Order: sequence, then structure tokens, then C-alpha cells
Amino acid sequence: MVGEIRVEGVVKRFPQQDAEDVVALSGINLTIKAGEFVSLIGPSGCGKSTLLRLIAGLNGADEGKLYIDNEEISRPSYERGLVFQNPMLFPWLNVHDNVAFGLKARSIYKEKKDEVNKFVDLVGLASFHKSYPHQLSGGMAQRASLARALVNHPKVLLLDEPLGALDAFTRMNMQDELIRIWQERQTTMIMVTHDVDEAIYLSDRVIVMTPRPAKIESCIEVKLARPRARSNPEFLNLRSKILKILNFAGDEKEPNYYL
Amino acid sequence: MKKLIIWLPVISAILAIAVEVLMQNGGKHITTKQPYLVYLLIGFLVIFTILTIMSYFNAKVKAWLKERDLFIAVAILFLNVLNIVTKKLALLPVIYFPSIDKIVSVIVEDREFLALCLASSGKLLFTGYFFGAIAGFATGIAVGFSKGAGYWINPLIRTLGPIPSTAWIPIVLISFPTTFSASAFLIALAVWFPTTVMTSSGILNVQNAYFEVSSTLGAGKYYQIFKVGVPASMPHMFIGLFNGTCASFITLMTAEMLGVKNGIGWYINWQKEMMAYANVYAGLIIIAVTFSILITLLFKVRDYVLVWQKGVIKW
Repeated sequence: MVGEIRVEGVVKRFPQQDAEDVVALSGINLTIKAGEFVSLIGPSGCGKSTLLRLIAGLNGADEGKLYIDNEEISRPSYERGLVFQNPMLFPWLNVHDNVAFGLKARSIYKEKKDEVNKFVDLVGLASFHKSYPHQLSGGMAQRASLARALVNHPKVLLLDEPLGALDAFTRMNMQDELIRIWQERQTTMIMVTHDVDEAIYLSDRVIVMTPRPAKIESCIEVKLARPRARSNPEFLNLRSKILKILNFAGDEKEPNYYL
Repeated sequence: MKKLIIWLPVISAILAIAVEVLMQNGGKHITTKQPYLVYLLIGFLVIFTILTIMSYFNAKVKAWLKERDLFIAVAILFLNVLNIVTKKLALLPVIYFPSIDKIVSVIVEDREFLALCLASSGKLLFTGYFFGAIAGFATGIAVGFSKGAGYWINPLIRTLGPIPSTAWIPIVLISFPTTFSASAFLIALAVWFPTTVMTSSGILNVQNAYFEVSSTLGAGKYYQIFKVGVPASMPHMFIGLFNGTCASFITLMTAEMLGVKNGIGWYINWQKEMMAYANVYAGLIIIAVTFSILITLLFKVRDYVLVWQKGVIKW
């Protein structure tokens, strides 16, 4: 198994003009096992997207180091695929060419042509090979961008709120799709989300982060067999546990009463 | 009454023929070898009669005609009025406002020489345009992607760019070996500036996330430049090319009127000096038609290249 991520004492600051630096991450230590599905959850400003960008290699850490399979991360690589909330498909390429982009960039498209078809079919866009992004719905575009990352056979797939812009039904469909792809491919998945239910439904482990200072508050193992039911008592238990941690980190609230 | 509107172009053409044939000529307009205006109007009459009759059976023709029947009728009426004002009543100075008959006769009888002029203008225009556009893309891409290139080239673009390239004529005409190369250079300069500015601003406006995504897909620096930056800024580049095309027409005409010894601009200037205003109008008509066709072609190319995008400028 490959795709183990290790984060050691990572600090990230964003310098500000006329103000103190914003500390986006303060001393993060985290190990993600190969093949694990992990969610990063927390309020805005807790640094979860920053952590994801550091793992992707898009930004460098100010202190500390990040490793993939004991190799230091210094720049972006196709081994760590990234899917944004906005699908970010290249609008000038059709679905097929968007998915083929990574293979062409690495000049291995000729040998692996069939892979493109396979992954476009895998995400259910078989009849949309020639469609341009502006002709796709939000869910379809997000599937295409998933296929575009997967076709490279990344060791780790980084998902930055990938389902955040979708409606509730498409979202639940896509969650099942993600699980299916994950089970089939055994890729390590690291997902940033705002949705507690989504995090519990998908992950082996939910990492709860809190802002000011941005750090990991707790790691919660989700020991529920798949497929999971959102109404399972243990599911609801975990849900209230995480919500409690998040509320505790934020403002204290009065409980709700039934009248 | 409404049903008759579709016949208006035909009626307008009949009216124009009637005026041309029946009305007395006034003033001292030069008579032409053949009644060209009558030929032209009969041509219109035949075409629009056929189209109007077809429109009763063919929905496509009907839709096409319905959209522009009034415009065509008024356009023919305008020719008619012009004919009355010039040839029939001679209300305008005869030497500066020749009859339509005379203008058409120049286009027909002088067609070989006009074609030669057009060809030499075309050669000059395309040579200049080609090098200007290539240089514009190259500079724009360099400035858009490299801070170092921007540092050295931007001041050059800002100072040289806004100078109309025709202002260089006195210097350029003496520093180049031939007037052809001098004029081609001026046209290239005129195309270069807008193409450079729009290309670099297009590249600078590409969302950074596209570059980030491509880097996580395994794209190297040059792959990112040519497969992400360039296609993403294509819409801007075409605006630059469009502005460059307009600037190149201006420069071409000015260069030909001032220095080059052939071409359609030179033809107009030469005929003006000979007080042959019918030939001047003939030249202008040919320029209008040719340039309009060229810009239409540019937009066709753009529509083909930018199928993934909805229109930016309508033509």
C-alpha cells in the first residue's frame, strides 16, 4: 500500500500588511495511513484548506515538514490529485480532453488512451465525452474533475469541499460514488468539508480543527461498517459528539427546548 | 397591406428603373458606354422577384426576406434618390459627385487594374499582419508569464505602444530599403501593440486555480504556459487581433497614400489628384467590401477556435 501522509510540526503564517501575521496553522502533527479516508472538519479559519494545500505542495510550510511515503513534499505532483469545490474544468477542452489532460502533460497519453475512456465511464459520463464544461450540470462537472484527478492513479486524492456546491440529492449520490471509487481504488482520501454528516458518512477518521490558534482539536475514529446508515444510533452519537466539540470551540449556545 | 411589405424591394427596384429610364438627365455628367445602373437595378429586380416568389413556398427564404425586406427596399430607394440628386437633377457639384452609373462603370471597366491594386495591398497587409501578430503573441506571452520580461518590455510597450504607427512614417520610410518593407513594418507595428497588450492582460487574468490544478495533474512549466495560459487567454487575444486588424487597415491606407507606389490606397489618392472622383468612389467601395469580408473571416475563425465560449464582440 502506498500513499501514507505524515505532517510533522507544520506552521504556516500568512504575512499581512500593517498587521500581525495570520497564523493559518500552528504546529500540526498528523499521520494518515495509506488507503485511509480522512475528513478535515472545522469552522472557517481553522486552516483545513491550508493544510490540504500544503499536502498538495501548492504552498510551502514555514516550519516543519510534510512527507508522502517518507519522501518530503516540496512541489505539486500528479501523485497527489486535487479536486476543488469549483470543478475548475478547463473550459476550452471537452470532457474527454479534460480527463486526458494529466496523461498528455506527462506524455503518456498514447499508451494509456483507454484509461481516459475507463474513467469517464466510471464517473457516469460515458455519453458526454464530446461535451464542453459549459454544457454540463454542476454535478456532472464535478464528476468530470474527479475523473481527471483519478486517471493519473494518484497515491493520495485531496478533496477541498468537493461537494460543497451541489444540491442535497446530487450530493448524496456523489458521496456514494466517492465511497465506491475509494473502495475500488484503495486511494488515500483526504477531504475538507463543512458538513458533519458527510464527514461521518464517508470517513474512517474525522479530524476536527479549531481556529485561533489553528490546530487539531481531536481525531474521532468512525468504526461503523459500510454501507453506513445516516439514522444509525452510533452515527447520531458521533454527530452530536463532533458538534459538541465544534460548539465548544465556538460560542456557547443555549440548548433548544421542545415546547 | 402587410402582405405587400414583402414586395417592397421589388417595387423599389421598379421605381428606380423607371426613374433612370424615363427621367431626363440634367447637368454635364459623363455618359457611360453601357447603361450600367440599369443593369444593376435589373439584377436586383430579378433577384428579389425570384426570392419573393420563393418565399411563398419556402419558409427559410420567407424568414430571411422578412427580416430585411424593409432595409433592402430603403437601400434601393437611397440609390434612387442619389441618382436623382446627381445624374438627373445635378444638384451637387458634378465633379465631386459623379453619377452612380459612372462609378459602376469604373468598377466594371477598370476591374483588372483594381484587382492588381487590391492584390498588392493584400500582399502588404498580410505580410505586416502576419509578423505583427506573431510578434504580438510572443511579446504578450513573455510579458504575461515572465516577471523579468515584464520588467524590461513593459516600459517599451507603454511608451511606444500608444504612438499611432502612422506617426513613424517619416522615419520608417527613410530607414527601410524599400517602401514595401517600410509599410509592412508599420502595419506590423500597428498590429503588434493591441495584440501584445490583450495577450498579456489575458494571461494575467487567468484564474490561478487553473495553473494549480494543472500542476497537480503533472503539467510542467511550459506545458502550463502553452496548454493552460494560452488557451485560457484566447478570448482576449482575439480582441487584440480585432483591434489590430482595424489599426492595420488605417495604417495600410495611410502608408499607401503617402509613400507606397501601388495598392488600393495609392489608387484612390492618385485618382483624386486626377480629379477622377468616380474612380475614388469605386476604390472606396472595393475597400469597404474587402475589409468587411476580412473582419467577417476573422470572426469566423474566432467562432471556430472559441466554440467552447459564448460571443465576446458581436459582428
